[in-house]
Amino acid sequence: MKKLTRPQIAWRIAQDIPDGAYVNLGIGAPELIANYMPEDREVVIHSENGILGMGPSPAEGEEDPDLINAGKKPVTLLPGGSYFHHTDSFAMIRGQHLDIAVLGAFQVSRDGDLANWATLDNSRPPGVGGAMDLAVGAKKVFVMTDHCTRDGQPKLLEACTYPLTGKAVVDRIYTDVAVIDVTGGGFVVREILAGLPADQLNAMTGADLTIADDCAALTAPAL
Amino acid sequence: MIDKRVRDFDTALAGMADGATIMSSGFGAAGAPHDLLEAVLERDWRELVIISNNAGEGDRGLIRLIQERRVAKVICSFPTSSNSEIIKDLYFANLIELEIVPQGTLSERMRAAGSGIGGFYTRTSVNTPLSEGKEIRTFQGVDYVLELPLTADFAFIKAKQSDRWGNLVYNKSARNFGPTMAMAAETTIVQVDEFVELGTLDPERIITPGVYVDRVIEVPGA
Repeated sequence: MKKLTRPQIAWRIAQDIPDGAYVNLGIGAPELIANYMPEDREVVIHSENGILGMGPSPAEGEEDPDLINAGKKPVTLLPGGSYFHHTDSFAMIRGQHLDIAVLGAFQVSRDGDLANWATLDNSRPPGVGGAMDLAVGAKKVFVMTDHCTRDGQPKLLEACTYPLTGKAVVDRIYTDVAVIDVTGGGFVVREILAGLPADQLNAMTGADLTIADDCAALTAPAL
Repeated sequence: MIDKRVRDFDTALAGMADGATIMSSGFGAAGAPHDLLEAVLERDWRELVIISNNAGEGDRGLIRLIQERRVAKVICSFPTSSNSEIIKDLYFANLIELEIVPQGTLSERMRAAGSGIGGFYTRTSVNTPLSEGKEIRTFQGVDYVLELPLTADFAFIKAKQSDRWGNLVYNKSARNFGPTMAMAAETTIVQVDEFVELGTLDPERIITPGVYVDRVIEVPGA
């Protein structure tokens, strides 16, 4: 019973992104999802700096400083891809033209409130980027996160204690031990790490969980 | 005859003064008008207010103006990036002011300024600290926050090519904030890789029509 690694969580999320979807993958861990997209699906990746149809990292030596992703790393453009300016890019986001945004999280509440841009420690200058626009704008918001913080504190809570990115915006949470839907009635566990008892998952979570009747085992290939 | 091309930075920067507000294009280093910003640095203007997505990146342009303490305030969505310890240090020493605006709201506020829109309502930042003190209005059961236009004395843009009318084309994702900032400021100054003859830019591909542009300077290989 090993927790999923980040690439394994990314793989698991990739399985749920349907053919034809327009998707924004948040800066950091969600970027990994692009590596595990099933080959029989055509998914268009949006980057908020002004790209649709973003491709993988270029080969070494092929980098173009004018072609970067939201994390400011060099990328490529796939055939059919396009460039557009920032205001159009965010019109696309807020106007609900993107099917899915996958974002990281510090905390998620049972009502789907998301906190992912600021903590309470104030040791870094504030910065929000496009997180608030993506949180309210994408048709569906998936969260990719470890279930608990590094020091074991739950990240799925009754209510967020950190400043919100958006209220009632999260649809589904993929963690290293579970797949959890945010429903009108709180957190519903759809998949739980094979071999992890439900009461142990409860103990790792700061809010009540409902285990779905058809709750399945969360598994991923070795990556 | 219309000719917006200028030969030197002194002409390009005419009217610049201490305390000026400058929009600076670019997302990270892509599309950043480093040479215009460094020309400001060399001419010693101070107390500048910069509107840009990030507060400098790498070792050129905006980060240098900030390092040299010429910038009083940055209005941005995300100040820190690579090599931005300096932002952190100045911010916590109260030597630079940061105003954080969500990225799409930042862009749309400039678009509003450039298009005669007195304000707009967006769902972005509702129920967060960034909408505190602002008007909230409910449309069809959904809460929106009122955001106001954002203008500036100058916009500094980097583009790929320009003709003498100031029509612009950009390169790939370096386009980012250029077209919006070009319309939003009082005076728009552009650095381009290359001047081209009037009539050679495909009209179907001109991204920023020259009406938004005041001055263009050629900086090859920037």
